[in-house]
Amino acid sequence: MASVSLPGSGGWLRRPTATTGAWSWLTTVDHKKIGIMYGVAGFLFFLIGGLEALLIRAQLAGPDGTVLNADQYNQLFTMHGVTMVFLFVMPMGAAFFNYLIPLMIGARDVAFPRLNAFSFWAFSAGALFLYSSWFLGGAPNGGWFGYAPNSTTDPTIGMSFYALGLLITGVASTVGAVNLAVTVINLRAPGMSLFRTPVFVWMGLVVQFLLIFSLPIITVALFQMLFDRRWDTAFFDPTRGGDPVLWQHMFWLFGHPEVYILILPAFGIFSEVLPVFSRKPLFGYQFVVFSGIAIGFIGFGVWAHHMFAVGLGPVANTAFGVSTAIIAVPTGIKIFNWMGTMYGGDIRFRSAMLFTVGGVVMFVIGGLSGVTHAVVPSDYHQTDTYYIVAHFHYVIFGGGVFAFFSGLFYWWPKVFARMLNERLGIIQFWVMAIGFNITFGPMHILGLQGMIRREYTYPEGLGLTFWNQIATLGSLLIALSVLIFIVNVIWTRRTPKGLENEDPWDARTLEWTTSCPPPAYNFEETPVVSSLDEFWHRKYAVDKEGRTIRVPAGAASASHDDGHGAGHGIHLPSPSFWPLIAAIGLPIIAYGALWSWPLLAAGALVTLIGVYGWALEPSVAE
Amino acid sequence: MADATTMSPDEHTTTGLPSTKLAMWLFLASETLLFGALITAYVLYRGASEVGPYPADIFDIAYTSVSSFVLLASSLTMVLSLVAAEKRDYARMRVWLLATAFLGLSFVGGQVYEFTTFYHEGLAITTNLFGTTFYVLTGFHGVHVTVGILMLLSLVGMSWSGRMPEDVGFPVEMVGLYWHFVDIVWIVIFVVVYLIPTPNPG
Amino acid sequence: MIESSRSRPTGVRRRRIGRGRVVRRRSLWVLALVALTLLLAACSNGDLPQDTFDPAGQPAQEQKGILIFVLVIAALVFVLVEGGIVFISLRYRHRKGQERMPKQIHGNTRLEVGWTIAPAVVLAFVMVPAISMIWSLAAQPPDAMHITVKGYQWWWGFEYTDPDMNVSYAENEPITTADVMVVPLGRTIDLSVTAAGGLVSGPGPDGEPNPDFEVIHSFWAPRLFGKQDAVPNRTNHIVFTPAETGTFLGQCAEFCGLQHARMKFRIVVLEPAAFQRWVAEQKGPAVEPDQELIDHGMDLFMNGEFEGGQCIACHTIGGTEAAGAGGPDLTHYAAPTHECFAGCNFETRDVEALKAWLRDPNAVKLGAKMPNYHLNDEQIDALAAYLMSLT
Repeated sequence: MASVSLPGSGGWLRRPTATTGAWSWLTTVDHKKIGIMYGVAGFLFFLIGGLEALLIRAQLAGPDGTVLNADQYNQLFTMHGVTMVFLFVMPMGAAFFNYLIPLMIGARDVAFPRLNAFSFWAFSAGALFLYSSWFLGGAPNGGWFGYAPNSTTDPTIGMSFYALGLLITGVASTVGAVNLAVTVINLRAPGMSLFRTPVFVWMGLVVQFLLIFSLPIITVALFQMLFDRRWDTAFFDPTRGGDPVLWQHMFWLFGHPEVYILILPAFGIFSEVLPVFSRKPLFGYQFVVFSGIAIGFIGFGVWAHHMFAVGLGPVANTAFGVSTAIIAVPTGIKIFNWMGTMYGGDIRFRSAMLFTVGGVVMFVIGGLSGVTHAVVPSDYHQTDTYYIVAHFHYVIFGGGVFAFFSGLFYWWPKVFARMLNERLGIIQFWVMAIGFNITFGPMHILGLQGMIRREYTYPEGLGLTFWNQIATLGSLLIALSVLIFIVNVIWTRRTPKGLENEDPWDARTLEWTTSCPPPAYNFEETPVVSSLDEFWHRKYAVDKEGRTIRVPAGAASASHDDGHGAGHGIHLPSPSFWPLIAAIGLPIIAYGALWSWPLLAAGALVTLIGVYGWALEPSVAE
Repeated sequence: MADATTMSPDEHTTTGLPSTKLAMWLFLASETLLFGALITAYVLYRGASEVGPYPADIFDIAYTSVSSFVLLASSLTMVLSLVAAEKRDYARMRVWLLATAFLGLSFVGGQVYEFTTFYHEGLAITTNLFGTTFYVLTGFHGVHVTVGILMLLSLVGMSWSGRMPEDVGFPVEMVGLYWHFVDIVWIVIFVVVYLIPTPNPG
Repeated sequence: MIESSRSRPTGVRRRRIGRGRVVRRRSLWVLALVALTLLLAACSNGDLPQDTFDPAGQPAQEQKGILIFVLVIAALVFVLVEGGIVFISLRYRHRKGQERMPKQIHGNTRLEVGWTIAPAVVLAFVMVPAISMIWSLAAQPPDAMHITVKGYQWWWGFEYTDPDMNVSYAENEPITTADVMVVPLGRTIDLSVTAAGGLVSGPGPDGEPNPDFEVIHSFWAPRLFGKQDAVPNRTNHIVFTPAETGTFLGQCAEFCGLQHARMKFRIVVLEPAAFQRWVAEQKGPAVEPDQELIDHGMDLFMNGEFEGGQCIACHTIGGTEAAGAGGPDLTHYAAPTHECFAGCNFETRDVEALKAWLRDPNAVKLGAKMPNYHLNDEQIDALAAYLMSLT
């Protein structure tokens, strides 16, 4: 009775087998395909969020703008923030982690491949649910921070979509985080101790823990908001004794770790790209790792620096001012170590390296303006002004987006077996760097000149017109730079597949030891690891005089068989459509929560069917 | 939840622990913060209700003590089912799983009865902060118990239809982890919400 | 000694990099030019009535001081770090044809300790004055003048709560103004900032009820003081001392709904003697009408029953039967100091703007809580005349 060969006759439980075509993408459980899908989805939302930003800049290009009215503007800036944070940077981070972590630790896949597919589909379902709000009564309009009671009293339906949409993507992120954390902890190749994993993997691990511990808090807050809006509970209702500041505490207790969830993937990418293009190991590996962990911990203790003007009192403001200053220390350590990595190197400024160095330079500016917020009395002026808008764009765009482009140029040959065009990449970098700085640089000045955030218009008399025009001009340059990237991708797609060298950057880490793109099973044989920068040490050795020399080719090169036909006997989970079905139920539940109990029950049923199909299907296709 | 490929604890992993077990612990850590946040909201709003009914007006400590005892007893039957599973005594395992589910169901039924009574005594979810925080906190817990019951019954069903994997003890242990967690959370809720008296304002 | 057979870059790729350099050099020139133009343009920038770098009293002056202190330190760090990155990038960039293998350095503990301690010391240096200022800003001097600031959707109300500021026409009622706060030069003022609301007036733009919800705002006059949030059920304090006479602009800084952008206010600072005259005027009841049109306007205000409600349901005019709550107090609507109205959406002296407002507030400010009463031109003229008589 214990082990029964599972019924092959149960046709509806049979696992799909397609490895090409649309169906293969819908049912895949391969971390690489899922990573690519995360990347495509994230990039699409980057474009959408960018269009929203362009509309915002068009409205603010002059005083008393008439491109948008107040209502449209409030929806646009809210969706711009929600999109960029939850639907672009987070899934883009997930894309890189998903694709690379198993390759970097020498695993065949993540710990729970089907759960991985579910994460992606749940994320997509939540994102589409959020965006369906534009057609179903209006998009969220209370800011990505959704401060109660404005968000709970607003008569339009938008903020209910916000609460439910973020709950769905929250489920996706929690599940994904548990999955990736277990993968790093449990599926490392023999010899791959934690301190032999690349910094990118470490940053990934820290991000997953931040997600695991911060998402439940926003989950509760979003439920409370939803209940206040939908079922008239009193959580944030001041007329019944509720305290709206509770929302702020819960939001930022999640929201600040979230900032590090957004930026640590970038730190990981910087830490991979810099050594490769400097041809030197990362300077102070342990310090970079520990400072990342420290940032993760301290990140939970700085949330109220978003609330200095709320009136928490001088004790709280002092404490959070100090903790905010403290978190600058580990961040500084990282920057100095990156400089140390470049120092004395043989630096090749390929596109990937340009975006990384540019990203570090921009991030330093964001970090320094961040320190001025820790100075609470001066923050009383800066908070809720464009100075803050400038600050976090320098951090998340300057740091995060630049890092993503760096990562795309660096790993593109790994994923697609084609090199992105370098010349276009370099042009894109400069257009983006210049556009970025003339968009967001002036916002520092605007904020100090008294321009508040989230205002859909400003009168001519405030003297803010000039810098706003400059900023709008810059945003067009950013759009142009993204366009150049898209042209580059299309251009590259038209070149024949295949690399003359499967290790085009003389890389240092394990993901480059397998073919480009890697076979479904990643590694023909599970690699055995004996050091940090394993691949480098397989390629180079130190001679008697202490010089680094290349190990003769053939002894340990990146070469591998074509991969086709090999890999027999490697057991991989078959594709499955149950994760998709389980995920489809979630937005149906959410629509039900908005409008009808039967619909909610139907959605729950769909998810339940998905889960049972999942639990009962055989482990491999017959 | 768990994937068939890693369901087996025998598979080689870096830590030697089955991945599913690791994942369950991480999930429960996340759940701890979820209930932590809900309980915090309740505690912050203790005595902040502007109108009644207040906790002292409607709680029936004796009744809730009994239902709490029922839930605690279910942890014991859960352990007994795991013992049976590890001894490969599947008939007994199913009996204890069913007993656990039955006790859980009694608890949820008791909660439904309690909610109904409170509602008739004038405490709706919209009445005051007490109603809001009480129903949402205990309601979330009730949903967790319900999900646990579904998992228990699924185990019984799979065992009956012969769909259990080789190592039956493992899924039972995983469901057991979840079940014990939900029980422990209830102990905290019972103490914080029911036993520690809340001052009535005014 | 250096394996050059591995050097992958083909000739083609090298040429590309070479061209990339040229592009980069040109870009640097463009960048420098753009920066220069911008700086020149910045100098010609005109009037900035909300400029935090142009303080007109305490604590704005002090806050500017500490910001500049931090900015100078940040600029030093900026030059050091960014300069370092640029220097390293130029110094150690790969040169065509010069294959070399850099020394494989893994780290240096002494350096690590150094660059852990150095920023910590700099930060401590920054935080000491910052923390002491947190506490000095929180102090409430006992001899200050007290004004309660209330944020509504989307305008500000001010109540002069000191006992010597009560009006003459009612018991224990403070002088109350909307949109413009008048204060004396050199006097320390203790603001109690909070949120208010609750008014349920007629239908909004979409025909649905359009209540004035009690939500969070933030009170900020950049040339006088940093902001504090106006939170329902909480009172925050701002203590400030104006050092110049004149009109100072401010606005709500916390997103508070549809018309957050147009929730502005003004602070008028008067010489103490002028302020005393202002107080005396404000204590008195509203001016009695002395013209037929104005009289008709008053009659409409007090007794008019319009489609959707009455003026007096929400507005107070001191010394008359109008004692509504939730909307702005109009007792001295046309006083010269009451420069602007409706969240400083229009200038009070602009009668045509007032008429447009009376015709349809939502056409002027989408979502405004005052509904459209479908007044005819004759009614609008009379009401405007009445309001403009309330000096």
